Amino acid sequence: MHTMTVNQAIASALAEEMRRDERVLMFGEGVATKRADLMQEFGAERVRNTPLAEAIIAGTAAGAAAMGLRPVVDLLFAPFMTLAMDALVNSAGKLRYLSGGQFSFPMVALAHTGAGWGVGAQHNHNLEALFVHAPGLKVVMPSTADDFKGLLKSAIRDDNPVIFFIDLALGEAAGPVPAGDHLVPIGQSVVRRAGCDVTLVSYAKTVGHCLRAAESLAQRGISAEVLDLRSLKPLDEAGLLASVRKTGRLVVVHEASRTCGVGAEIAALVVERAFPLLKAPVVRLTGPDAPAPSSRPLEQAFVPQAPAIEQAVLALLREPALS
Amino acid sequence: MHRPLSDTEQVSMLEAMQLIRRHEERLAELQAAGRAAGTCTAVGQEAAAVGVVHALGADDLILTNHRSAGHLLARGADPGRLIAEILGRSTGYCKGKSGSLHVSARELGIVLTSTIVGGELSLAPGVALAQRMQGRPGVVACFFGDGAACEGIFHEALNLAVVWKLPVLFVCENNQWQAYVHRKETMPQDHVRPWAAAHGLPAVVVDGNDVEAVHAAARHAVDTIRVQGGPCFIEAVTYRLRGHFEPDDQGYVDADELTAWKSRDPIQLLARRLIDRGVLSEGEWAHVRQRVEATLDAAFAFAEASPFPSADELITDVYA
Ligand SMILES: Cc1ncc(C[n+]2csc(CCOP(=O)(O)OP(=O)(O)O)c2C)c(N)n1
Repeated sequence: MHTMTVNQAIASALAEEMRRDERVLMFGEGVATKRADLMQEFGAERVRNTPLAEAIIAGTAAGAAAMGLRPVVDLLFAPFMTLAMDALVNSAGKLRYLSGGQFSFPMVALAHTGAGWGVGAQHNHNLEALFVHAPGLKVVMPSTADDFKGLLKSAIRDDNPVIFFIDLALGEAAGPVPAGDHLVPIGQSVVRRAGCDVTLVSYAKTVGHCLRAAESLAQRGISAEVLDLRSLKPLDEAGLLASVRKTGRLVVVHEASRTCGVGAEIAALVVERAFPLLKAPVVRLTGPDAPAPSSRPLEQAFVPQAPAIEQAVLALLREPALS
Repeated sequence: MHRPLSDTEQVSMLEAMQLIRRHEERLAELQAAGRAAGTCTAVGQEAAAVGVVHALGADDLILTNHRSAGHLLARGADPGRLIAEILGRSTGYCKGKSGSLHVSARELGIVLTSTIVGGELSLAPGVALAQRMQGRPGVVACFFGDGAACEGIFHEALNLAVVWKLPVLFVCENNQWQAYVHRKETMPQDHVRPWAAAHGLPAVVVDGNDVEAVHAAARHAVDTIRVQGGPCFIEAVTYRLRGHFEPDDQGYVDADELTAWKSRDPIQLLARRLIDRGVLSEGEWAHVRQRVEATLDAAFAFAEASPFPSADELITDVYA
């Protein structure tokens, strides 16, 4: 075990995978400048600065992936992905299928997402549901240094396009990371805290908010289970349903806006598959259907915080049983 | 300089052009009869396709767009499998999942056909980068229209290909039309070439209805790319003689303009030239046309007799 920050975990995953597989290359706006160590070790051929042109960065990654390279592109901030949408959604996501399986697109698109920098909605937007909705893509959004490393390595080795979101506020968060070739499989959730009264499902930075809520709920004798999804597509349906079947209550928490968000999918899934075991209606705690503000208190209020999660659980436990 | 095309090569290029023409006309007939979905044909543009594709070697790759039948057939695609794909049959190049718009055929080096206007331009630098980094010699020919050249991605793609010295042959088939909009409505100049040239790569305009001229320009460009490493640009000036998407009555087309371009039909131009030069007799030309019909008879029969994919195929090939 080493202790490292999320940013260090990302850097070490990149270096290890580039060392392991010479088909891995990385490019983006300022990538070679900001990752000088990668540039030094792997050279200008494999670590490249690009023009400020997100569409061609993503398109070039898709073309290169189809023809045998394994590109990782850094699109910097999630909102910039809207400029790269065609290549990610229409090319990387669809051309395998449209070609009858002739091509695969082993590529990773990185982007920072979420509140924490106070720069407003054009640099802070949780777009994960857009990509979850697009066929052919995988979407991951880890919360711990351990998972950032293990999931990024898995994403680079995956033969499909993976959208890899880095919650901005987690960059300097530190945690233990197993030594050696540490892989975390894409598509498996993890129980961060076991409990039996209610399941709190989340991903990225709001997992921490759920854990804090669970801690203070425990002081009131309420046992909350916290499930970290880690991967939004594929979604660990079995893990999710197992937890909800155990607790009978579900609160989904995410920072992205509510309408058609990941929480809506999770709520629908649980209602479809575990309805008889639900003791109360499913609750969603999400960001509002509004652009993210820049003023710090407003930015923080955008994100569901631990006290709000706690309140939601208390309200839920006062709810009568469904039938 | 290259040796000029031999007589045999020219006759075989004529036959390729005729095959493309009749493939598309017969498909349009099938469409009119309600037996095929709508398609985008490139009737009138055969010289651009054949001229460029015949200048490529076996290692070279092609990216194309919604008007791809010419590129595919010029590259040697099996007409039966191509038509099967267009008719949605499981024997098609993409198991019937592409239809007419996104047909790719990896075995022929036809990679990544995109029907998003400009999509192929976004992919081309990456395909070329993969060629370069994996030590493969092939040049990447990327076909697109004047409409695609009006998309921002055109500039992003050319810029990156120049900056990274990527082996891309950009081929703009300027057929004067951008779906239902004439190029004159959307472009201040007659040609795309100045936009390309501004990116600092060799860029030429060529008569896209003269297959010899297209071929010479393409050979020169491919050689330049092989020697110098970076990209080249060719604008083939041609005309889309049929509508944008079958069926299309072309009610919006200026009749005089259409007539003028029909008088410069690339197939007639080449056939006439070969006959005048004594390379081909009228009888031999008739024989070529018969052979093309026979090939297409067999191809359409194969395609129409082929099964549709089973419904299970709906969710295969989504992920690798
Ligand atoms: C991004 C995008 N916008 C619009 C369309 C609809 N569309 C299909 S083909 C076409 C015309 C393209 O014109 P051009 O690039 O000149 O090629 P041509 O069809 O003339 O060969 C249009 C507008 C599309 N497929 N993709």
